[in-house]
Amino acid sequence: MTLRVLVAKVGLDGHDRGIKVVARTLRDAGMEVIYTGLFQTPESVATAAIDEDVDVIGLSMLSGAHLTLAPLVVKAMRDRGCVIPVVVGGIIPDRDVDELRQAGVAAVLGPGASAEMVVSCVLAVAGAGGEGDKA
Amino acid sequence: MGSTPRDEWLKRFTASRLRDIPFRTMSGIPLEPVYGTEESEYPGVWPFTRGPYASMYRNKLWTMRMFAGFGTAEDTNARFRDIIKAGGDGLSTAFDMPTLLGLDSDDPMSLGEVGRCGVAIDSISDMCDLFAGIDLSSISTSMTINSPAAPILAMFIAQAEDAGVPRKVLRGTLQNDILKEYQAQKEFVFPPRQSMRLVRDVIAYTTAEMPYWHSVSISGYHIREAGSTAAEELAFTLANGFAYVELAKEAGLEVDAFAPRLSFFFNAHIDFFEEIAKYRAARRLWAQWLRDRYGSTDERSQQLRFHAQTAGVSLTAQQVEVNVVRTAIEALAATLGGAQSLHTNSMDEALALPTERAARIALRTQQVIAHETNVAHVADPLGGSWFIEELTDEMQRRAEELLDTIRDMGSGSMLDGCIGGIEDNWFQSRIADSAFELERSLNNGERIVVGVSDFLEGNDEQADDLLRITREQEDRQRARLQSVRDGRDTAQVEELRRELSEVAADPSANLMPSLIRAARSRVTLGEMMSTLGAVFGRHVETPSI
Repeated sequence: MTLRVLVAKVGLDGHDRGIKVVARTLRDAGMEVIYTGLFQTPESVATAAIDEDVDVIGLSMLSGAHLTLAPLVVKAMRDRGCVIPVVVGGIIPDRDVDELRQAGVAAVLGPGASAEMVVSCVLAVAGAGGEGDKA
Repeated sequence: MGSTPRDEWLKRFTASRLRDIPFRTMSGIPLEPVYGTEESEYPGVWPFTRGPYASMYRNKLWTMRMFAGFGTAEDTNARFRDIIKAGGDGLSTAFDMPTLLGLDSDDPMSLGEVGRCGVAIDSISDMCDLFAGIDLSSISTSMTINSPAAPILAMFIAQAEDAGVPRKVLRGTLQNDILKEYQAQKEFVFPPRQSMRLVRDVIAYTTAEMPYWHSVSISGYHIREAGSTAAEELAFTLANGFAYVELAKEAGLEVDAFAPRLSFFFNAHIDFFEEIAKYRAARRLWAQWLRDRYGSTDERSQQLRFHAQTAGVSLTAQQVEVNVVRTAIEALAATLGGAQSLHTNSMDEALALPTERAARIALRTQQVIAHETNVAHVADPLGGSWFIEELTDEMQRRAEELLDTIRDMGSGSMLDGCIGGIEDNWFQSRIADSAFELERSLNNGERIVVGVSDFLEGNDEQADDLLRITREQEDRQRARLQSVRDGRDTAQVEELRRELSEVAADPSANLMPSLIRAARSRVTLGEMMSTLGAVFGRHVETPSI
């Protein structure tokens, strides 16, 4: 079965280099990748994830708003009675990882994560083998 | 006839004022201001490949312009004062994401973003606090803002004039480069053509009213950070520059009235010689196009001047101290390449905004290059190297090929080529392709990044001391904004917004005077932008990977 992944930019952060590289990397690893485009809200991401029936949601966050916005995406999913694992990648200091995990984020990929780590992490949180984050 | 490039250079050099220091090596060997042959290129002599000025850093070192902004205006004002105290000689303002997108801090979309990536500016009250106690008649100020560049400039002018500094003496730079936002940085609000009208209004207004103001800082930095190659950075940046020249000419301005106040902003990446060649090729191409294609007769229009910033994207979260070394090498490339001003990134910026200590080390890096190494004594010291000259020519050839493509996309117009290329996702796709290729080369072992692909010992050491922007800072900013809203004449605010809307609907009118009136009456940035947005519409990018 082909894994389906939604990659999303939430909030006002326009840095889209990382998310495009990750999207292509996952596609090259044989997954189906849907990119939301910029300036999404937690609600619009949750809706898209359900409509597209994805296995994993990937959020790319480089603006420092991750502690506010990532938990809201998790909450928006829960409010819809839906459990799809959320992976957060980007400029995430180590000290914030625990708080994100406690808020229900499945895994965190920091700066410098290799292509292999990204693929492996998505497979792991989807329950399809691979390793989650090592944070 | 009979006058060689060297004679031309000497004439100009002799007329320049020099810094009062001995220009010799550490061991006492006297140094010429520049080296070359009678017929070689010279700095300050067309096409300015070797530098815009004959005397370069012998006259004046580059401006050490450190980019800063976080939290509230008061927080950033304190950092600005530290920078001035530490010997920084130009200010550069980083705005937060809501401000960059023209949203107020209490907008629902601003949640979690207020004051995080830069300073939050909602109204003229914040602008006043940002520059409190700083003499704007003596220090130059750069503002990195694009979609809301015109309203932010209006607030800046209004606060300076309220503080007794007339606009005609203000010195500084407004980034105001909207084209690269659609191509790379992605902080856009209005559709491209409507945004270009705002760019035009700023160029026209500052050309008439603010003789020391740089109306556009044409920026390759973000194009490169988004993943382009050096040649793409060079070509896309120049293409955007030519588009602004065509825009202003179409608006009826004489090229030599506004082009001397256009400036550039390039990346200083880690490939040392390629960066130096890029700056040299940029100067040569700009001079050629401005004179030969756009009919400039004033050399000041043809002299490309640029700010450089070391490559944020080259920094690693692993072994952060190593970033000091990367930044130093990149800064050296910028200075050997003849930058007029420079920002050096701080070692902790792969993780967060810099701490005060990290920012100070970054500034000290420039001071070491400027004052200890003696590299600033000789202009374009690598000029004449077979390697550098050939690499410069090759950068020029590659950029010219891309420029031809863009011009063809616009059927001969760079303005239409740039806008068409944005609408067709051409720039965006090329940049994403180059970014992916670079990442692929790292993942397959072709490219080494210390601490990321190799040499990993020490990676488990954490950077302990990072700047933290608190939720309290965000709340404080929202409270500040509320008190501005509460203290205003609401009827007047509505009247000014109506006026703004009418002027926006008339494409031949200039919006700046209405924006300045609105700023003075504390109409907020979000209010100005939503008023304009109701007339201009919104830009939505078609998502593509």
